[in-house]
Amino acid sequence: MRAAGKVRPRFKPGERVRVRRAYPPGHVRIPRYIRGRTGIVERLCGAYPNPEELAYARSGLPAQPLYRVRFLQREVWPDYTGDSTDTVDVEIYQHWLEPVPAEGLS
Amino acid sequence: MSEHHERDHPHATLPDAADQLSYYQMMEVAVRELLIEKGIVTADEMRRQIEDMDGRNAGLGARMVARAWVDPQYKQRMLTDGNAAAEEVGLEHGAFKLVVVENTREVHNVIVCTLCSCYPRWLLGLPPDWYKSRNYRSRVVREPRAVLREFGLELPDHITVRVHDSNADMRYLVLPLRPPGTEGWSEERLAALATRDSMIGVALADSARP
Repeated sequence: MRAAGKVRPRFKPGERVRVRRAYPPGHVRIPRYIRGRTGIVERLCGAYPNPEELAYARSGLPAQPLYRVRFLQREVWPDYTGDSTDTVDVEIYQHWLEPVPAEGLS
Repeated sequence: MSEHHERDHPHATLPDAADQLSYYQMMEVAVRELLIEKGIVTADEMRRQIEDMDGRNAGLGARMVARAWVDPQYKQRMLTDGNAAAEEVGLEHGAFKLVVVENTREVHNVIVCTLCSCYPRWLLGLPPDWYKSRNYRSRVVREPRAVLREFGLELPDHITVRVHDSNADMRYLVLPLRPPGTEGWSEERLAALATRDSMIGVALADSARP
């Protein structure tokens, strides 16, 4: 494991990903409403020092890939009344994402 | 304090005395004074920084929007690399990566930071108070159409509403639709139509503005 540098991106734009459903204590930069939800990687934004480490005056390295992930509002809020194409895009660091097995294989 | 002293100098009424400081206000004062005392920054540097920030307003971002309205190639560059596009019109390259999202006839974008108040301050100035309010932050992501309606913006159902939660290292600027009836307008005149709220996405750019 490297102490510095960047973590290699694991996901590609267009790929389905799920946000980890976890509730660790401390400074967490992932909105609660999006945990456990499944979306599509909109783009890879680059790699940034992990803010959850920076908050404790640590280096935040190796830098975490940061993605913009697009979620359908109807998947985020089951009772959403707006249009079925409405979305919310959230910035998510890679360590909060996990792959979604292809349908039929899970 | 002696009794004598008390008698001679009764407590005066101070009508403009500030309210008691909150915990975090007190911490801010303590940190600021320590930074100055230890010579890390000077009081003048701090004042200048505040003056600079207070002097910024949405007119900066509006320059980018107006250029994008008249120059399709610039618009493409702006959607690819927001900070490079800011520099191209003589603005500062932000410390954060700028993502520009384009409104079209099919898609309307609106920006929020549900975790705090992330905002492209170097292009729009300080965020409005409502942008930082719990009400806006929690509701625009949950019921964006209802919140936009409260801002006076009623969107037809067939338009996709795209909320962007600006919660990490990106900062966002909405490129509003160019208002109809503005053909042939100068960039300067167009820039006046790109208001702060239209670049956050809670309003449209409107040519009927006085």
